Amino acid sequence: MTTSLDLLLWGAAPYAAIALLVGGGVWRYRYDRFGWTSRSSQLHESTLLRIGSPLFHFGLLLVIGGHVLGLLVPKNLTELLGVTEDNYHLVSLGMGSIAGLAALTGLAILLWRRLRVPAVRNASLRSDRIAYPVLALAMLAGLTTTVLDNGLRGGYDYRETISPWFRGILLLHPQPELMAHVPLDYKLHVVLGMTLFALWPFSRLVHAFSAPVHYLLRPYVVYRRREPGRVGNRATRRGWEPVDR
Amino acid sequence: MRVLAQLAMVMNLDKCIGCHTCSVTCKQAWTNRAGTEYVWFNNVETRPGQGYPRRYEDQDQWKGGWVRTSGGRLKLRAGGRFRKLASLFANPDLPEISDYYEPWTYEYATLIDAPLGTDVPTAAPKSAITGAPVQPDWGPNWDDDLGGSTEHGVADPVLQRLRDDLGVQVKFEFEQSFMFYLPRICEHCLNPSCVASCPSGAMYKREEDGIVLVDQHQCRGWRMCVTGCPYKKVYFNHRTGKAEKCTFCYPRVEAGQPTVCSETCVGRLRYIGVVLYDADRVTEAASVADEHDLYPAQLDLMLDPHDPEVIRAAEQAGIPHDWITAAQRSPVYQLIHTYRLALPLHPEYRTMPMVWYIPPLSPVVDAVAGTGFDGEDGHNLFGAIDSLRIPVEYLAELFTAGDVTPVRTSLRRLAAMRSYMRSVNLGREPDERVPAAVGLDGEQVFGMYRLLALAKYDERYVIPTAGIGQAHDLEGIATQCSLDVDGGPGMGGPAVAGGQGRVDLVSWRGTGRPDALFPTLRGGGDR
Repeated sequence: MTTSLDLLLWGAAPYAAIALLVGGGVWRYRYDRFGWTSRSSQLHESTLLRIGSPLFHFGLLLVIGGHVLGLLVPKNLTELLGVTEDNYHLVSLGMGSIAGLAALTGLAILLWRRLRVPAVRNASLRSDRIAYPVLALAMLAGLTTTVLDNGLRGGYDYRETISPWFRGILLLHPQPELMAHVPLDYKLHVVLGMTLFALWPFSRLVHAFSAPVHYLLRPYVVYRRREPGRVGNRATRRGWEPVDR
Repeated sequence: MRVLAQLAMVMNLDKCIGCHTCSVTCKQAWTNRAGTEYVWFNNVETRPGQGYPRRYEDQDQWKGGWVRTSGGRLKLRAGGRFRKLASLFANPDLPEISDYYEPWTYEYATLIDAPLGTDVPTAAPKSAITGAPVQPDWGPNWDDDLGGSTEHGVADPVLQRLRDDLGVQVKFEFEQSFMFYLPRICEHCLNPSCVASCPSGAMYKREEDGIVLVDQHQCRGWRMCVTGCPYKKVYFNHRTGKAEKCTFCYPRVEAGQPTVCSETCVGRLRYIGVVLYDADRVTEAASVADEHDLYPAQLDLMLDPHDPEVIRAAEQAGIPHDWITAAQRSPVYQLIHTYRLALPLHPEYRTMPMVWYIPPLSPVVDAVAGTGFDGEDGHNLFGAIDSLRIPVEYLAELFTAGDVTPVRTSLRRLAAMRSYMRSVNLGREPDERVPAAVGLDGEQVFGMYRLLALAKYDERYVIPTAGIGQAHDLEGIATQCSLDVDGGPGMGGPAVAGGQGRVDLVSWRGTGRPDALFPTLRGGGDR
């Protein structure tokens, strides 16, 4: 039995979040490429950043890897490969706790730094006031699910409910009823996650999309030609095009 | 041979009076914005001194430029590609704002806003970044004119190297010290390590004129370029989160005007001109084993613009005719190559810098004059250049990776010119042995003198305009049938708005993809 709230949260909201993520990303890329940056504040403060930032980012990369493994890989595939539910649970609990704790500790350091170092606080954006709390809460809820539901309470097999629901969303076959009876902290984590994805293109989080992997492949020195037909530093404004015929 | 053209600059340090006009006009033109308060694309530092940012030449600390591996390959000093990506989240070698200086302003408003009282209102200094009260204790030219050098000058990395490696002590007692000014802009290197460090590929070297730029739309603020540049001439705009650097004033240069720093230089000590070089051999030249060979290797990269073979290769490479003639008239090429007066700054960074310096003879002249001898007499000067350990070795550390021979040659030529031309001006018979002693003849000395002492605006700045759009049109007139228009008897296909969408194989050079060979989705109008 799915209530209308379930339908809204687990049927409609995911698509709204995806629409904002993709549409907002395209919009930002087209109209605000200049603002597309990590907005590093290392120039102002380096000591805390050098502890907090790698801890947060590398922890988060592990967390993302864990999510890919848990959400996208179907349970029967891992079982086909001979991974029992117990083994999977152990790995996900162990790695998840370590990665989540590392990322959250890193974020705590970074947040403390952002609030307490005047120059860094000054360099913060308005979007940070929303993005940081949502990010922190989402991660906190995520760590709670791992530690509380999977650890202390003995284990919750989200690969029976949340994972198929998530894949259903991506395969355009939403099954909101799968999410109806999931523990509350999981629900909270998913909602916060969707909020985060919706905010993604409109905050500094966009820099994650420009991870410079192609740096490994390109030649060291980049040569470029001037844009043909353009002299000076800007394109002709509308209404000021030269006579061309 | 792949010929490329490069706009290069030479600064004659003998003429620099340290007035900072170049810095100020540059700042007014380019970095008077929020986020760039601490940024000086052009700065003038007093040497010996720490420079800006503090001790930027200490590459053991800042890890700028290239190093040669034992296998003879070039590697970024701060680490290879994987290391760069791994340190993306926190760059271990990034200078902090305090290494430049905390920019500040004064609370001028309190001077007129303060309530009536018995105390005289003051304009207290406050940080331009946080707005908090600060006590300035360092700035972009804090040790200007050797100010506080007994404290700061000893921290000069070049002096430290002299002291540690060569056992040379430099005196900072007032009457025994020496100094000169070193104006610095981006070097627009042939082998730029900042470009190589950029993970996003946002930094690039322009093929047409060699100017190194940051694509502000592609920069993602990974700040590796700041570390990569050994001259610390790429800056991080803390407001926009993007890297910024000296642009060689490309909007001016494209219109044939000199850069702002050159235009406003009071001493008229800057020269701008085109140098042709062989891009295929840059890596090879930058990876020679002996650091002392880097200066000759870079000289060797530069091609003689009068050589018919070079001219032919340049034309084949698509270098416009007026750029080739500009290269032939280039004052920079003459000072660097013909007279061997100008030297590169820190060639040991292996970036092949393209802003070169004529070393200052003045400290030597002053030293000779200070001992009671005639400071401009050729023989006295020659003797002094050879016997004064400082500043020749100091200059060699700056300009030739420690090899004193090219510095000595340059200084001796300058001394010969002074002595020879003084004879001429005083109506005496000039001694032809003086220029002969430095491998020149009277004619060449006159040429040098003309370039160094008299050269007017259009001789100091030989800058061809970009004019690319026009050049193509003119080419079209020469190679296309005049009847080949829409509806004409020689109609060669459907004419598209703006004359685009037509492949002209007659004027196609056989390199690259001709415009409009393949259809574009948007009609080619929106690039």
